[in-house]
Amino acid sequence: MQRSFGLAVAVAAVTVALNLPMLGLPARADVMDNAMFTSVRFDQLEYRAGEDTNLAAWDLEAWAGGDVWKLALESEGEYALRPDRFENLENQLVVRRMVSDFFDAKAGIRVDTPAGPDRVYGVLGFEGLAPQWFEVDGDLFLSEKGDLSARFVAEYDILITNRLILQPLGEINLAASDDREIGQGQGVTDVELGLRLRYEVVDRTVAPYVGVHWEKKLGESAGIARSEGEDTDAARVVAGVRLLF
Amino acid sequence: MGNPNVRKAAMATLVAMLASLATGPAVAGTYDLVIDTVTVDHSGTPKQAIAYNGQTPGPTLRFKEGEEVTINVTNRLSESTSIHWHGLILPPDQDGVPGISFPGIAPGETFTYRFPIVQSGTYWFHSHSGMQEQDGAYGSIVIEPKDREPFKFDREHVVVLSDSHDHSGHRILSNLKKMSDYYNRQQRTVGDFLRDVEEKGLSATVQDRLDWGEMRMMATDVADVQGYTLLVNGKNPEQNWTGLFTPGERVRLRFINASAMTYFDVRIPGLDLLVVQADGNNVQPVKVDEFRIAVAETYDVIVRPTEDRAYTIFAETMSRAGYARATLAPQDGMQAEVPTLRAPDRLTMADMGMAHEGMDHASMGHGSMAGMDHSNMAGMDHSKMAGMDHSKMAMGDKPDPFYAPGSGLTPKPADGGKFLSYADLRAQKPLYPDREATREIELRLTGNMERYIWSINGVKYSDAEPIRLRYGERVRFKFVNETMMTHPMHLHGMWSILDTGKGKWDPVKHVVSVAPGMTVYTETEVDAPGQWAFHCHLMYHMATGMFRKVIVEGGPQSAALPN
Repeated sequence: MQRSFGLAVAVAAVTVALNLPMLGLPARADVMDNAMFTSVRFDQLEYRAGEDTNLAAWDLEAWAGGDVWKLALESEGEYALRPDRFENLENQLVVRRMVSDFFDAKAGIRVDTPAGPDRVYGVLGFEGLAPQWFEVDGDLFLSEKGDLSARFVAEYDILITNRLILQPLGEINLAASDDREIGQGQGVTDVELGLRLRYEVVDRTVAPYVGVHWEKKLGESAGIARSEGEDTDAARVVAGVRLLF
Repeated sequence: MGNPNVRKAAMATLVAMLASLATGPAVAGTYDLVIDTVTVDHSGTPKQAIAYNGQTPGPTLRFKEGEEVTINVTNRLSESTSIHWHGLILPPDQDGVPGISFPGIAPGETFTYRFPIVQSGTYWFHSHSGMQEQDGAYGSIVIEPKDREPFKFDREHVVVLSDSHDHSGHRILSNLKKMSDYYNRQQRTVGDFLRDVEEKGLSATVQDRLDWGEMRMMATDVADVQGYTLLVNGKNPEQNWTGLFTPGERVRLRFINASAMTYFDVRIPGLDLLVVQADGNNVQPVKVDEFRIAVAETYDVIVRPTEDRAYTIFAETMSRAGYARATLAPQDGMQAEVPTLRAPDRLTMADMGMAHEGMDHASMGHGSMAGMDHSNMAGMDHSKMAGMDHSKMAMGDKPDPFYAPGSGLTPKPADGGKFLSYADLRAQKPLYPDREATREIELRLTGNMERYIWSINGVKYSDAEPIRLRYGERVRFKFVNETMMTHPMHLHGMWSILDTGKGKWDPVKHVVSVAPGMTVYTETEVDAPGQWAFHCHLMYHMATGMFRKVIVEGGPQSAALPN
């Protein structure tokens, strides 16, 4: 029930964003530079094949807005195939504001509705382009239970050619307190590393890729996983397509 | 009205009016333009374009100096439109900029422009609404002078250069806002890195990459938009527009750069180019082998092909992402060899203003300063790679003073010889007496490349106050380019006298291109009351805020208004 709600929210939001007409460029120069734009980007839309479970996964960012303010939907999910269930389903609705040439600050709400217990969080974060071309994204989350956690993601594009691009990605999650219900232990909870090689076939719009994805639970979170008979790490081969509309 | 300059200007107007009376009734012509969509195929992918009278480029409008023109413009589009008469001196309500001159032309409406033609030369017209110009809404204007021209020619061709994209202008802008390097497919790759390591060593190459990475800017960022099919008179390189000549004839080529975003380096291998006019104003003839034409500029060039053979008009984009090509031939169907594109130039730290002593770039640390030399070397090495003949480019040659010393964009003639510089332009007959400017206005050309926001003095148009000028003053504009792009700045309604240090012989233009890292001065005799547009003529820079409204206060028209 809950997870289908989460999925429905994600799908509905994507559909709306995709179908938003170009918000219209006014003809007059004095208002044109305040025009609104939209963007829908699946950084990941992929199949992850591992030793035990195979997953379908996505990482989506859609926004609408102008130069200074944007309303953004950030969605990520992992859907296990056999047994069918959302290992992970997370949707964020955030307002972003330009705070410097290269960075936006953001605030909003995160709703997690995976197979297990649900959580609602307040989100405070930043994202932008750091020196040396690292795309970075950092968030603080405060859950309805009062648990504070944080996430930092960095990615980088290595141009083998102007269309064949290798993208390393790293993510680290931290928690200030335990939330055992959702398998979260205090300290570093988990890290994720990815390496994806994409080829931009149609402009920047469609780029199929292959790669590897590795994740590992650490510290107390790993202990919780072990006590529940779950794996603490997983390496998977991925194949998917990156989309930008 | 106490200002002697105002009195002088009013007197001049009166004299001009009397003079026109003395020559009898002016010629009057009526012209009709219908703007509508058409399907074109420039790249192999048919697309919808915008056309005047069914064609893009639109027709060549031929006016006579002294003529009173009436132009009926009918809008058959589903959106509002406008026509701006680029470079023409006319009343402010005829200038065709929606929101400044008039409200625009609504769908289905016919708007009638009426204005006197007070000048001669080569000009052009284009829509000033939305992205219509990118989509094909432009055409040429040729104005026959009242008096004899100071040069001879036997035949003439209008040569409209333009850039056509498979994506509509709206889509291009939208993509640039999502990802500012969406259209840059010349970025440095792993292969470039390895090549540079081989040529310059590991530490120099790493330092160079760190310098650019620190600024989060790209040495390959010469043009924001690539993927264009480049056209001459609406024809792509394969369709090969051909202009005819009889060997021995002097052929006047009226070059107009009607591109949205593309600068061209133009040459005709085998022919000297005698530049006789820039932006519609006669210049003292200067013989060159190649010239760079900024977006929205015009150059009139006379060539004299004596042999009974074809010649290629070869116009490479400044970014070397592509070329426009046409042919001059004694007969249709003949062609000459088409040169190959040169390798792209790289921007250098000089283009970032690093070569300027005492310039305060707070964001640039010592690392970038240290990288300066390497980057300059990078630029040099790449021109060598392009197969340039350095022996012809004597080191004693004075570099173009309108580019920062060490700039990667400094024009270099492909086949040796002379490349036109703004410094070579000398007015044939001064349009205005030389006098001291009454004041200086500094305009820093600024932008946020990553977010694709362009601005002047750090403020985009919708957030900016208008620039207020007083009728009768002579204002000096100081353009300081703080970005790494080249900006063709266009003032409507009044001339821009480009300061090349020649006093009254300074050339008079309507577009002045300001290269990265450069400071360029223009002066304007403020002789046209009303509201005018002032902007970068790169379409997506204009659309995202590098634009100002200029209000000229005082002067005969408003003085005549009752208080």
